[in-house]
Amino acid sequence: MASSSVMSSYRRGVRDGLPFLLIVIPFATLFGVVATEAGLSVFETLSFSVVVIAGAAQFTALSLLTEQAPVLIVLISALAVNLRLAMYSASLTPYLGALPMWKRAVTAYFLVDQTYAGSVLEYEKRPGMSVAERWAYFMGIATPICPPWYAATVAGAWAGAAIPPEAGLDFALPIAFLAMIGPALRTPAHRIAALVSTVLALAFAFVPYNLGLIIGGLGGMIAGAEAERRGLGFPLFTERSK
Amino acid sequence: MIADSDLWIVIFGLGLGSFGLRFLFLGLVGDRALPEWMLRHLRYTAVAILPALVAPLVVWPPATGGQTDPLRLVAAIATLAVGAVTKSVFAAMGTGAVVMLAGAYWPA
Repeated sequence: MASSSVMSSYRRGVRDGLPFLLIVIPFATLFGVVATEAGLSVFETLSFSVVVIAGAAQFTALSLLTEQAPVLIVLISALAVNLRLAMYSASLTPYLGALPMWKRAVTAYFLVDQTYAGSVLEYEKRPGMSVAERWAYFMGIATPICPPWYAATVAGAWAGAAIPPEAGLDFALPIAFLAMIGPALRTPAHRIAALVSTVLALAFAFVPYNLGLIIGGLGGMIAGAEAERRGLGFPLFTERSK
Repeated sequence: MIADSDLWIVIFGLGLGSFGLRFLFLGLVGDRALPEWMLRHLRYTAVAILPALVAPLVVWPPATGGQTDPLRLVAAIATLAVGAVTKSVFAAMGTGAVVMLAGAYWPA
């Protein structure tokens, strides 16, 4: 009984993760193309995707490396882009913190934008899930996201510059993120958080090392939490009882 | 040309650092209860960080050298709107892709 509900959680995760293939494949392919153009071998490109497994930071590091930036600056900038991963980790801790240490380590390795966004929405929607079911769901989402991330990186490295630039592949990342943001704007507090973070990120875009992102993110979180404290944390048009 | 040693330092440094960030709370905090004010802030991480990440890329796309591009702006607004209305990530992504492809291949 318990194991079948765990299995069905895994399968539901796989199903919910599948749409992200449309984003992961072009994005990883693009990284492969760009990396080989910058002079990396196929093996180096694949190592990048397997060891780091964070698209935005990989692109940040690669573009700074090609600009001959000092290694320390490359690391600081790319890790600043990845600071959000610590917030994801904190956000999942109430749901997955009871897992054994090795499972938490595995979760940490596979913690990317898509696995985080997909699983946290599911955990919010189904508060009754057991910890085992939650982990199965997380691994389910990671299945169609992370291995294809490696595979498509290699495919892109092989394909080289075969993809025409007018296809607008560069915009796959913003589209992916925007597609996740829309459904997450469930309450006035969520919308206020998103709006404040957008305004701050644009206003502080001039701040070096992507710190504008951190300013926008922290500002948005504070705005959302404050809005919730003032009673805006519920959907406007649906029933409050849940 | 990127120096080999620099590249591997960045790959492993970034890999270790990223894992550290991912493991920070999950691994070290575990199932100890977090204070309510912190949980309240954490509920808004996704809707705060993702817009901050995406907004500059939409307004000043690197692919156009930072010039604001009407096509990318329209694709972004359409994606967000469809996602907000339908609550479907899939429909929203499809909308964005269709707008970008239509803009690229439509005979202007």
